[in-house]
Amino acid sequence: MRKIEKKKQISDEDLKQKASVLDYIIIVVIGVILLYPLVWMFFATFKDNSEIFGSVSLWPKVWHPENYIDGWKGSAGFTYTKFFLNTFILVIPTTLLTLVSSTLVAYGFARFNLPHKKLLFTLLLAMMMLPNTVVIIPRYLLYNKFQWVDSYMPFYAPAILCCNSFFPYMIIQFLRGIPRDLDESAYIDGCSSWTTLWKIILPLMKPALFSAGLFQFLWTYNDYFNSLIFINSVKKYPISLAVRLSLDSESVVQWGKVMAMSFVAVVPLMILFFAAQKYFVEGIATSGMKN
Amino acid sequence: MAGAKAAVKKQHYSKRDYKGLLYLLPWLVGFAVLQLYPFITSFIYSFNDYTVGGTLNFVGLANYKELFTHDREFWNSLKVTILFALYTVPGKVILALLVAIFLNRNIRGINLIRTLYYIPSLFGGSVAIALLWRLMFMDNGVFNTMMTKLGLPNVSFLGDTKLALPTICMLEIWQFGSSMVMLLAALKNVPKELYEAADIDGGGKFAKFWHITIPQISPILFFTLLNQTIQEIQNFTSPYTITGGGPLKATNVLGIMLYKQGFSYFKMGYASAISWIEFVIILVFTLVLFGSSKFWVHYADE
Repeated sequence: MRKIEKKKQISDEDLKQKASVLDYIIIVVIGVILLYPLVWMFFATFKDNSEIFGSVSLWPKVWHPENYIDGWKGSAGFTYTKFFLNTFILVIPTTLLTLVSSTLVAYGFARFNLPHKKLLFTLLLAMMMLPNTVVIIPRYLLYNKFQWVDSYMPFYAPAILCCNSFFPYMIIQFLRGIPRDLDESAYIDGCSSWTTLWKIILPLMKPALFSAGLFQFLWTYNDYFNSLIFINSVKKYPISLAVRLSLDSESVVQWGKVMAMSFVAVVPLMILFFAAQKYFVEGIATSGMKN
Repeated sequence: MAGAKAAVKKQHYSKRDYKGLLYLLPWLVGFAVLQLYPFITSFIYSFNDYTVGGTLNFVGLANYKELFTHDREFWNSLKVTILFALYTVPGKVILALLVAIFLNRNIRGINLIRTLYYIPSLFGGSVAIALLWRLMFMDNGVFNTMMTKLGLPNVSFLGDTKLALPTICMLEIWQFGSSMVMLLAALKNVPKELYEAADIDGGGKFAKFWHITIPQISPILFFTLLNQTIQEIQNFTSPYTITGGGPLKATNVLGIMLYKQGFSYFKMGYASAISWIEFVIILVFTLVLFGSSKFWVHYADE
C-alpha cells in the first residue's frame, strides 16, 4: 500500500514538497476559522435569546427544537412550505431556461462561421462587464409596462434571452475542447446542424451543462437584490425575502427562530454541494482557464 | 483571424453560416432589449426628472449637479463603495492565492480540504448568512461575549463608524474559497519543466515564485481580480442586511443609495445618475486593470 502510494507520488507530485505536521496544523486552524460561523449557526438554531447572547459554548444548555416548528409557520399567513415552493418555482425554470439559451448561443458561436462573428463575440464578452445596477431601472420600468413586476417573469426573461454572458462563454470554452471532426462528419453525412447539436454535441456537453446549471441555481437561489425589487407580495416571496421578513415582522426578535429558518434556507445549498461537488470544483477550475 | 478574413474584401457566407445566426437569436434579442436598450435609456433618464408613470422631464445636468454639490450622502457613499472594493478584492484574492500556494503541495486528503474551504463561497450574497454575521458581531453577540470571558474590552463591531465597514468586508473575504479553487487549478497547470529548468539554472524559491509561478497563473489571477472588482463595487446585500447602511452612513454603499432613491422614493432619474456613476467607477477600475495587464499578465499563445 505504502509502496504504491509512494510510486504515485514520485510520478505525479515529484516536485512538490511534502506536507509536514505543522502544515496540517495550519490546515486545521484555517478550516476551523472558516467553518466555525456555520457550526455556531447550527447550534444557535436550538438556543433561545438568553443563550445566544449570554454564552460562548457551542452546545445548547437547553434545546429548543420548537424554534424550527415556530419558525416554519412563517409570517403574514404563509408558511415556509409556501416560501420553498415559491423559491423552486422561481429558481428551477430560471436555471433550465439559462441552460437552453446558453447552449444554443454557445453552439452558434463555437461551430459557425458567422457574419460579423468577431464583433458579436466581443459584444457578448463585453456584456459580462455590464453591471446589473446600470440596467436595473430601465428593466424595472419595462417589466412594469409588461405587468411583470410581482411575478417571476423578470427572472425567466433574462434567462431565456441569455443575458448572463458567463454561461455561453463557459460553454463555448468547453465546446472548443470537443473535436470539430465529430460534427463535421455528421454534417457531411447529411445531418442538419440541429440534429448534430442534439444527437452528437449535447451528450458530450453534459458535464459543462451540469456545472453551469449548478452555478445558475446557486446564484439565483442566493440573489436578494432582484427579488427585493421585483417581488412585492408575501404570497410570492422566495426564501431570501422570507428570511428577511422573519426578522422585520417581530418587535422582539427571537434569534433562535430566525437562525433556524436561515439554516433551513442554506441547507439545500449544502446538500446540493456535497452531492455534486465534483462539478462545482471542476466548473470553477475550468471556467477561468485559457483565454 | 475573422478580422483578417474580412479585410480580404467581402467574404461570402454560405446559407449555413446565416443559419448559425438563428442559434444566436435568444441572445441577439436579449442583447437588444435587456442590455443595450436599458443601458442607453438609463443614461437618458439620468438627465431627466422622472418618476414611475410620470413623464420624462429634461433637466440637463441637474441630477449630477445635485449629487456632487448638494447631496450630503453622495461623497460619503462614493468613498465607502471604493473602500469596500479596496478592502475586499485584494483581501479576498491575496488570501485565496496564499492558501492556494500553501495547499499546492503533497497533502493527503486535499480534495476534502478543498471542499471544506469552498463551503463559505456557496453563500455569496445570501441573506441568511448576512443575518448570521449581523448576529455574531452584535454588541452583545458571541464574539463580544468571548472577549468578555477573555477579559478583553468589548468592541462595537457594527456600531463603530470605523469598524462597521471592515466587519462587513470580512464576510466577503471569508468567501475566498471559489477564487482559491480556481487559483489552485491554475497552479496545478504550471508545466513542471519550467521549475526543473530553473533548478538547473539555480533559481531560488522566491525567484521561481516570482518569475515562473506568477507569470504562469497571471491570466487566472487577472480574471479573478476583474470579476471580483465588478461584483464588489455593486455589492448591496451584505451592507443592506447587516447594518442597513449605518452607523451614521458608514456603510452606505452606492448600491443602497440607488435602491432607496429608485425603489423607495421612485426618483428614477436621480437613481439612474447614481447607477451611471457606479458604472463609471467600475469602468475606471476595469480600465486600470486592463492597462496594467500589459505589464504582468502573460498569455501562453503570445
